[in-house]
Amino acid sequence: MEFLTPPFMQRALIAAVLVGVIAPAVGIYLVQRRQALMGDGIGHIAMTGVGLGFLLSTSPVWMATAVAVVGAVTMELIRWYGRTRGDIALAMLFYGGMAGGVLLINLSDTGSNANLTSYLFGSLSTVSSEDITAIAVLAAFVLLVTVGLRRQLFAVSQDEEFARVTGLPVRVLNLLIAVTAAVTVTVAMRVVGLLLVSALMVVPVAAAQQITRSFKVTFVLSVVTGVAVTLAGTITSYYQDVPPGATIVLLAIGVFIALTLLAAPLARIRARRRETADERCTLEVPATRPAADDAPVRPV
Amino acid sequence: MNHPTEAVDPNRAAAPEAIVPEPQNTTPCTTSDPVIVVRDATATLGARPVLRGVDLTVRRGEVVALLGANGSGKSTAVRSVIGQVPLTGGTVELFGTPLRRFRDWARVGYVPQRTTAAGGVPATIREVVSSGRLSRTRLGLPRKADRAAVDRAIALVGLADRAKDSVDALSGGQHQRVLIARALASEPELLIMDEPMAGVDLASQEILAETLREQVALGTTVLLVLHELGPLEPLIDRAVVLRDGCVMHDGPPPKALGQHALPGHDHVHPHAASEPVRTGLLS
Ligand SMILES: Nc1ncnc2c1ncn2[C@@H]1O[C@H](COP(=O)(O)OP(=O)(O)OP(=O)(O)O)[C@@H](O)[C@H]1O
Ligand SMILES: [Mg+2]
Repeated sequence: MEFLTPPFMQRALIAAVLVGVIAPAVGIYLVQRRQALMGDGIGHIAMTGVGLGFLLSTSPVWMATAVAVVGAVTMELIRWYGRTRGDIALAMLFYGGMAGGVLLINLSDTGSNANLTSYLFGSLSTVSSEDITAIAVLAAFVLLVTVGLRRQLFAVSQDEEFARVTGLPVRVLNLLIAVTAAVTVTVAMRVVGLLLVSALMVVPVAAAQQITRSFKVTFVLSVVTGVAVTLAGTITSYYQDVPPGATIVLLAIGVFIALTLLAAPLARIRARRRETADERCTLEVPATRPAADDAPVRPV
Repeated sequence: MNHPTEAVDPNRAAAPEAIVPEPQNTTPCTTSDPVIVVRDATATLGARPVLRGVDLTVRRGEVVALLGANGSGKSTAVRSVIGQVPLTGGTVELFGTPLRRFRDWARVGYVPQRTTAAGGVPATIREVVSSGRLSRTRLGLPRKADRAAVDRAIALVGLADRAKDSVDALSGGQHQRVLIARALASEPELLIMDEPMAGVDLASQEILAETLREQVALGTTVLLVLHELGPLEPLIDRAVVLRDGCVMHDGPPPKALGQHALPGHDHVHPHAASEPVRTGLLS
């Protein structure tokens, strides 16, 4: 437990755990809506915020949060109004955000390539106490939304039209998901970096759903996976000279592969359990026609 | 046929369960208040006129079938009733309230025309059906009565033993039953169903018809899109036939629905058993 002694390591671990919880908690709704790459898009847009922060000599984290929120809301508005050319508009936002960030950082005096790299790939060792406060506040907001409104967000992400007919404030909920995703991206920026943020939002969910059948269990398992890989990755990077962000993402992919391999045997066990419950098929004598055959083979 | 007496009392409908004394609904209860009123509705989808002046009235306790060929505008008509297709002209009223001001969505259950209810993440039947109850719980927490209503809805469509299974592991017809249970979860007074029988085998159609019969007996009003009346035929009070976005027929269900006209009395015989023989190769 020697890794717990240095203060920078304590801060890094706190940040890692918080991100490990909230990234999959938001990611699960994005995956459910089949917008798994939305986090990636927000990450690109946040680059402009980072650049703006350097140029104006304000906090890049808060600037990135502001710009990411604006970008995510814009993406949501594009989804409402411009259905047809939505993908093109999104591409503009992604690449414009990235290019804007690079340009702005180069224009500023304080920003350097080294600085840029720390935002692109994360720099856990430089997390300050103020960073921890900000991360904790933002993470609390994200958790409040993703857990407190899980039934409503589930319904909206599962079937948007149906959710509208239940009278839920669908637009508000959609915006809430967008804003929450944007906040998560900028919080996770320090841990895994903007380029790998989306992986932490999507891969734990993808891993969990290899072996789950319900939304609830998928949610819990992907959060557990998220925390496990961020902790393991951070500790690994303390002992070995490896970048934490990349290590975390590779560990998550490792979990995905492991659970995928586990899925087939698990399904077999479940099937066997069911088999012992029900009896096997029995041939029926055609003469005794069943009174009510519940499940005849569907004639196609 | 439209412009029904508009003098309905605008305050709460007196008896939510306006059960007709005799359960066989031979004629629509004439004087009861309209639940759906669509007047001269026009709608365009992508520059193409899809509804061209549709009038449709459904009164409390009625079961109305909306028929018509593919692309005749049935889904569009139904979706405009629940405000999912903007009208370019005309008006829609639900329970006597203009659609724009209608907020009481717990009174409406909607089954969309769909082949799947699955999202990108696994979800159990119970989780999907529970979302139908949100029109009552809204942003609050589900209470005991809400959970009971969800269980009841799942049992009504005969999926109680599979409530914990993932919806990904269901057949198309079972999926359709999940969507119907989701609509029933809010215990609605009005059921709007877009092709609820699509892809459902005859035996399951019978189950659904029975479910629907119970709902109707409790006073539920039903508007449903169908291609064939099937086992539902005895339930249907009135049929509205659309063609190219216009109402072609509004009255008793057409008896001659072509070769797949369904003998209402015939469904006792297990058709499914004789079905495979009709391949044409053997006979
Ligand atoms: N999103 C859309 N954009 C443009 N046109 C559309 C759109 N959706 C439907 N249409 C057109 O509107 C017409 C009516 O469609 P609708 O879905 O209401 O038909 P339907 O009667 O429900 O058919 P089906 O029996 O196949 O379900 C069709 O001609 C279709 O091409
Ligand atoms: Mg249709």
